[in-house]
Amino acid sequence: MRPEDILVPTPSGVCCKPGGFHIDPTHPVDKALITHGHADHARPGHGSVLATAETLEIMRLRYGEDFAGSSQVIKYGEVLKLGDTTVSYHPAGHVLGSAQIKVERKGLRIVASGDYKDVPDPTCLPFELVPCDVFITEATFGLPVFRHHDADGEVAKLLASVELFPERAHLVGAYSLGKAQRVMALLRAAGYDKTIYLHGAMEKITAYYQFSGIDLGNVELVKGHKKSDLAGTITICPPSAMTDVWSRRFPDPVAAFASGWMRVRARARQRGISLPLVISDHADWDGLVKTISATGCSEVWVTHGQEDALVHWAQSRGMKARPLDIVGYGDEDDSDGVAPGPAEGAEA
Amino acid sequence: MNRFAELLDRIAYEPGRNNKIRLVADYLRKTEDPDRGYALAALTGALTFRNAKAGMIRALIAERVDPHLFELSYDYVGDLSETVALMWPVDESKRANRTPTVTDVVETLSTLGKAELPAQMTRWLDALDENGRWALLKLVTGSMRIGVSARLAKTAAASLGDKAPDEVEIIWPGLEPPYLELFAWLEGRGDKPLNLDPAPFRPAMLAHALEEPDLASLNAAEFTAEWKWDGIRVQAVCGNDEDGKPVTRLYSRTGEDISKSFPDLLPSLRLPAAIDGELLILREGRVQSFNVLQQRLNRKSVTPKLTSEFPIHMRAYDLLSLDGTDMRDVPFEERRARLDAFIKKLNDPRIDISSLVLFETWDQLIAARADPAQGGAGLDAEAVEGVMLKRRDSVYSPGRPKGPWWKWKRDPMIIDAVLMYAQRGHGKRSSFYSDYTFGVWNAEDALVPVGKAYFGFTDEELKEIDKFVRRNTVNKYGPVREVTHNAEVGLVLEVAFEGLQRSSRHKSGVAMRFPRISRLRWDKPPRDADRLETLEKMLARSDKVPA
Repeated sequence: MRPEDILVPTPSGVCCKPGGFHIDPTHPVDKALITHGHADHARPGHGSVLATAETLEIMRLRYGEDFAGSSQVIKYGEVLKLGDTTVSYHPAGHVLGSAQIKVERKGLRIVASGDYKDVPDPTCLPFELVPCDVFITEATFGLPVFRHHDADGEVAKLLASVELFPERAHLVGAYSLGKAQRVMALLRAAGYDKTIYLHGAMEKITAYYQFSGIDLGNVELVKGHKKSDLAGTITICPPSAMTDVWSRRFPDPVAAFASGWMRVRARARQRGISLPLVISDHADWDGLVKTISATGCSEVWVTHGQEDALVHWAQSRGMKARPLDIVGYGDEDDSDGVAPGPAEGAEA
Repeated sequence: MNRFAELLDRIAYEPGRNNKIRLVADYLRKTEDPDRGYALAALTGALTFRNAKAGMIRALIAERVDPHLFELSYDYVGDLSETVALMWPVDESKRANRTPTVTDVVETLSTLGKAELPAQMTRWLDALDENGRWALLKLVTGSMRIGVSARLAKTAAASLGDKAPDEVEIIWPGLEPPYLELFAWLEGRGDKPLNLDPAPFRPAMLAHALEEPDLASLNAAEFTAEWKWDGIRVQAVCGNDEDGKPVTRLYSRTGEDISKSFPDLLPSLRLPAAIDGELLILREGRVQSFNVLQQRLNRKSVTPKLTSEFPIHMRAYDLLSLDGTDMRDVPFEERRARLDAFIKKLNDPRIDISSLVLFETWDQLIAARADPAQGGAGLDAEAVEGVMLKRRDSVYSPGRPKGPWWKWKRDPMIIDAVLMYAQRGHGKRSSFYSDYTFGVWNAEDALVPVGKAYFGFTDEELKEIDKFVRRNTVNKYGPVREVTHNAEVGLVLEVAFEGLQRSSRHKSGVAMRFPRISRLRWDKPPRDADRLETLEKMLARSDKVPA
C-alpha cells in the first residue's frame, strides 16, 4: 500500500478518503480534523470537527457557538476508528491544545504534525515524538539560518531594556493565540511581577489560558490607562497595533516583536522594530531536522514555509521528500492584519 | 564578546540618537577595562584589520555547509556576515567553555599573520553564538554600519563622567585604545589625560540661524560679515612633533581626521597653525557648486585623476592657533588680521582667505545677500550659501553660543508640489505617515514624483497630514500608501530646497538638495501646483555656475 492510499494532498488540505475526513482543510468540508486553533488551520463552517477540548474552545471563542455543525472532543493518546483508519492525537508543543494527528491503516503510519516546536513552553504540553513511516511537517523556519536559541535570553533582553529606559513604554508585538501568553509566562518565570498590560484583541484568549490553569500573574487591559502611567510598563499587543494610531497612547514606545522572523535583521528593520525578540512557536531548522530524523520516517511531506531547503535536506539524507502545495497555510506571525474582534483573522 | 554583540545588535535597530547614546554609555559603564576601551575603538572606527576579507569568510563557510542550502540562505538573508553568523554549524557538545572577549579578538588580530587567520576565525566562530558571530564578523571585516558615528560614541563616553563631548574630543587625538587613562579620568580615578598630539583638533564654533527681523535688535557697527560658502567646514592643523618634524592633519567639523581623503591639500599646510575654513573645489580660480565637491567625498581611494579633475581648495575663516600659541581668546577682529597676515606669508595657491562683505548699514548687507554677485562675490556668487555675521569682539568658543555668530542663509528655492505617496516613519513616528513623496505636473498634465521630504513640518501639521493620508488612501504597498492626487483633490505642499541637480535615477530627471516641507497649502487646488518646467528653469540657472 502507498501512503497516497491513505492521505491525498489537495490544494485545500490533506484528504483521507478511507477515513472520510480532511485534516486542517482551508475550505468548508463535511468532516474536519483540526490540529490547533490558529485561524489558518482552524476555519469555521465545517460539518463536524474533531479536535482537542482546548482547540474546540478556542474555535468557539473566535467564531462563536455555531463555528461548526457539530464537534467532538478527542483526548491526547485516545485512539478512534474512522472508516477504514485509526486516528490518534498527540501533543505538538505549538500552542495550548495543539496536536499532531496520527493516521494508521494496515500498519502504515502517517503523522500530520500541523505546526510544532520541540522546545519547552510553560503554556502547553511538550511535543511528543511519534514514530511513523511518513511525516508531514511544516517548514515555516525551514532554512539553516533560523536558529531560535533559548527564549529566556530574549526575555532577559526585554527586561534589561525596561530597566534602561524606565520613562518609555515597551510594546511587545505577539500573535494573540499562544505567543502572547507564552511571553507573559516567560516574563513571570524571569521574576517580573508587575502588571502586564494587554491590547483588547488578546483579552478573550488570555482569559481562556488563565481559566485553563496557566498562571500569568496580574494582567490588565491597557485601555483607560493614562499615558504617564504607562512609563516603564510592558504591553503585549498584536504586531499590527504597533504602527497603528492605537500606539500613540504610550510614552515614547520601544517597539519589540516576539517572533522567529526576528532572527533575520532585514525582517526586523522592515517592520521598524527596535527590539527584536527571537521567540518562536515553530521548530527552528535544527528542531525540524532533528525531529524528522527521530520519527524514523522514510518519507517526508512538507506543507508550508521554506519547502525547498527542507526537501533538499531530506533527499540528501536518503529520504523520499516532496512539497505539498497547499494553498492557505501561512504563518500567524508573519501577517499584519489583526482587527480586534471575534474573527481576528490574523493567521492568514 | 557577548555583551559587545548585544550592544551592536541593539543600537543597530535603535533609531533615536539619545537612546543610542544611553545604550552605549550603559555598556561602557558596565563593562570592564580593557574590553570597553577596545569596543569604544571599534565604534569610533579606530580599529582596522587588514587581513579579514569577505572572501575568506565565504571560504570558511563553504567548507562547512551544503552549498545549495548556503545559496538559499544567503539569498534569503541578503548579507554575507549575517548568513554565516546564523548558519555556522556548531557542535554544542564541543563548544568551548570560554567565549573570546573583545580584547582577545583585537589583541590577537593585531599580531596574527594572514595564514593563521582562517584557523583562528574558525575557533572563535565555534565558541560564539549567532549574535556573537555576527558581531565578530562585523568587527573584523570593518563593516559595522550600525548608525553610530565616532562623535556619538565619544558623547556616550563623556557622559560617564558628566563631561561635555568636546572635552573628550580635545584630548581624543592623544589617546590610544584601550583608553585606560580616559576611563580613569571619566570615573574620577585619574587626572585628565593630556593631548600630546602636535596637531590636535579644536572643537568648532558654530552659529545660530538668523532671520531678517532679528537684525533690528543688532548693532551693525559691532559686526563684520563674510560669505558663507557652500562647501565643507574643516579645520586644518599643522604642528611640530618632538623631533621638530611637521605633522599635518585635516579634520571634519566634528573632529574626524579626514586627512587621507585630501592628500593634495596637506602639503599646502606647511606652517604651524590651526585654521578654520571651508573646503571647496576651484577651477581656474572659480568656486564650483557643492554638486562638484560631492565627487570628492566618501571615496575609498583618492586617485591622481580625481585630484586633478577636482582640485581641492581651502578658504580660511578663522585662526585658532599660531606658532603654538592658542588664539581662541583673542577677539575676532584681531584673529582675522593675524589670519590675513598668515595666509599672505603662506602664499599658497590652494589656500586663501574668505573676503569680507563690506557694509555700514543692515540695508547694505540685505542688498549684498540678495545679490552676492553685485555684493562682492562676483563670479562665485552661485556658490554663496548666505552670509555669516561675527561680532568683532567675539572669542572663539566651542559649540553654538547664542549671540556672537549668526548665519544668514540665502532664501531657499520654493515650489508647490502635490503629495503622491506617504510612508510610515520610524521610532517615535512609526504610527505616523511622515515621509512624503511629492510631484509636479509634466507636459502631459500628469504628476511626476520629484522628491521626498520627511521634515520641516510641526507636530501639529504631521497629525493633519497623517489624517489626510489615512482618509485619502487609494493604494497600499507595505508601509507605503498612495494618496488621492488629481487636479481637483489632493494636498499641496510648499517644498523648500537648497539646490537642484540633474539625476538619471529620478524619473523626473532632477534631484533636490535638502528638501523639506515649508508649508501646507490646504487652500490650493492641486491643479495650481508647480510644473516640471519651473524646475527645469531653476536647474538651467544653477547650471550656469562658471566652470
